[in-house]
Amino acid sequence: MSPTIAVVGASLAGLSAARALRDQSYDGRIVVIGDEVHAPYDRPPLSKGFLAGTASLEDITLGAPDDAELRLEWRLGTTAVGLDHRSRSVLLHDGSEVRADGVVLATGARARRLPGGKGLDGVHVLRSLDDAIALRVDLATAERLVVIGAGFIGAEVASTARTLGLQVTVVETQPVPLAGPLGPEMGGVCAELHADHGTRLLTGTGVAGLVGTGRVEAVDLTDGTRLPADVVVVGIGATPNTEWLADSGVALGNGVLTDARGATTIPGVVAVGDCAAAWSASHGRHVRIEHWTHALEQPAAAVATLLGTGGPAPTPVPYFWSDQYGARIQFAGSRRDGDVARVVEGSCADRSFLVAYERDGHPVAVLGMNQPRLFTRWRRQLRSAVPATS
Amino acid sequence: MIPVCPTTALPPGEAIRVDADEPIAVFNVDGDFYAIDDTCTHQDASLADGWVDGCAVECPLHASCFDLRTGKVSGPPAKTPVGTHRVVVQDGTIYVQPGTAADGAA
Ligand code: FES
Repeated sequence: MSPTIAVVGASLAGLSAARALRDQSYDGRIVVIGDEVHAPYDRPPLSKGFLAGTASLEDITLGAPDDAELRLEWRLGTTAVGLDHRSRSVLLHDGSEVRADGVVLATGARARRLPGGKGLDGVHVLRSLDDAIALRVDLATAERLVVIGAGFIGAEVASTARTLGLQVTVVETQPVPLAGPLGPEMGGVCAELHADHGTRLLTGTGVAGLVGTGRVEAVDLTDGTRLPADVVVVGIGATPNTEWLADSGVALGNGVLTDARGATTIPGVVAVGDCAAAWSASHGRHVRIEHWTHALEQPAAAVATLLGTGGPAPTPVPYFWSDQYGARIQFAGSRRDGDVARVVEGSCADRSFLVAYERDGHPVAVLGMNQPRLFTRWRRQLRSAVPATS
Repeated sequence: MIPVCPTTALPPGEAIRVDADEPIAVFNVDGDFYAIDDTCTHQDASLADGWVDGCAVECPLHASCFDLRTGKVSGPPAKTPVGTHRVVVQDGTIYVQPGTAADGAA
C-alpha cells in the first residue's frame, strides 16, 4: 500500500507543504484536512483589496492551474480534533480518522478576541474569509469605525475603511504603535500615516468595555472617553491553534514546539506556519513567526525532515510587508531593542525612505516605505556586511 | 522596435524599465538579455525593481518568481505568467519588440 501523509491545515502553510512534498518527489497519498469550507485562499488581501471590494474571491484563491497534478485528497470543512501518536492517526470531528505515515501540523492561528466580549453584533475580528465577508457587509452601511489595536491588521483595516469613506478611530494601549516589530522611533513614523489620511489615533489608552445591547454602540476607554461606533474591529494579535493537540503527546508552548527543521517531539510529525514555534539558535528559544513568507517557505525544510532527506537547518531572513494608505511598508531581518535605526535613503517626512537597523555597526534589519527596489537589494544582502548602494 | 539603451548601460544582474503601452522590463543575465512585462501579475509591482536570481526575477513586493525566458511564475501569490518580448541587439543598442513573444516562451 502506498504511504499516506496527512496535512492538517489548508491555508498557505498546508498548501505549501503539500506542494513541497511533490517537489521533493514524494509519490504517496496526501490528505489535506481544513476546517474552513473554502479552498485555500490568500489572507493578506482580506484587510486590503478584498475588504475594499477591489479583489474578488477568485483573485485571492491560492490554487494554481496545475494543482491537479499534485493529486491531493481534500477534506475541507473538516476539523481535526485529536492526534493519536501511536497509530499516527488524525481524529476528525465527525468521528472518523485519517491514518497516516507522516503528519504535517499546519493549523495556523486564530484572532484573539476582547476578553469579556459580550457577543455584540457589529464587533469583528479579521482572520478568515468569512470574517472578511461579514466585516465588508457591515462596513457598507456604517459611518463610524473603531479599531482596537494599531498593529498591521488594525492599520490596514483603518486604511481600507477610510477609502470607503468611514470616520475611523484607532485605539492602541501602547504609547507607540508597532514598537515591537519596528522599534518606537520607526513605529511612530509609520503611525503618522493615520493622521495623514484623516484617521484619529489614540495611544496609551486601553479599552474598558463595549457599550450596546444586541448591537455595539460605543467603545469605552480606560481614560473615560466614550467613542461612538457602528462597527468595531478587534486587531490584538493571534493565538496558535494547538488545543486539539493537548492529549497528543506533542510538546506545546506558544505553539507546537519544533527543532530548527520543523520536527516536533514525536517522530513522523512536523509542524509548519503560524502554529509552529521553531527553535532559534540566535534567540536561544523557540520562536513562533506569523509572517506570510515564512508560511510559504518554511514547509519545504519541514517536509524534507519528514521524508528523512533534510539538510542543514534553513536560516531565512524574516520578511513581511504591509500596505496602508497607499504606502508600501516592507521589513526584513531581526530587530531588537538597542539597535540603531539610520535613514539611508529618502526621508520620513516624505513617506519614502529606507532605514537600516544597525547593531555593532552592522545592518541586522531593514525597513522601507515606498522603496521597493532599494529594499529588495538590502533584504537580499542582509547577511553580508556591505549592502548595495542602489 | 523600441530602443532601450546601449548594452553597456545595462550590466549583468541589472534591469531597466521601458515605457511602452504596457511597461516592459529588460534584464541582463550574464550577457543575455530578456524582456518581460514589467507589471507583476499579482498586484502592481515593477518587476524591474525585483531581484534577478539566475534566469528568474523575484517580485520586489511579495516574492513570486518569474522565469525570464518563459514568463512562468514559480509560486504564490502570483498565479498567472507574465508576457515575454523579443529582444534584439544591434550595433551595441538593445531593442525590444513588444507583443512578439521571446523565442522559447510558453
Ligand atoms: S505584486 Fe508581485 S507578487 Fe505581489
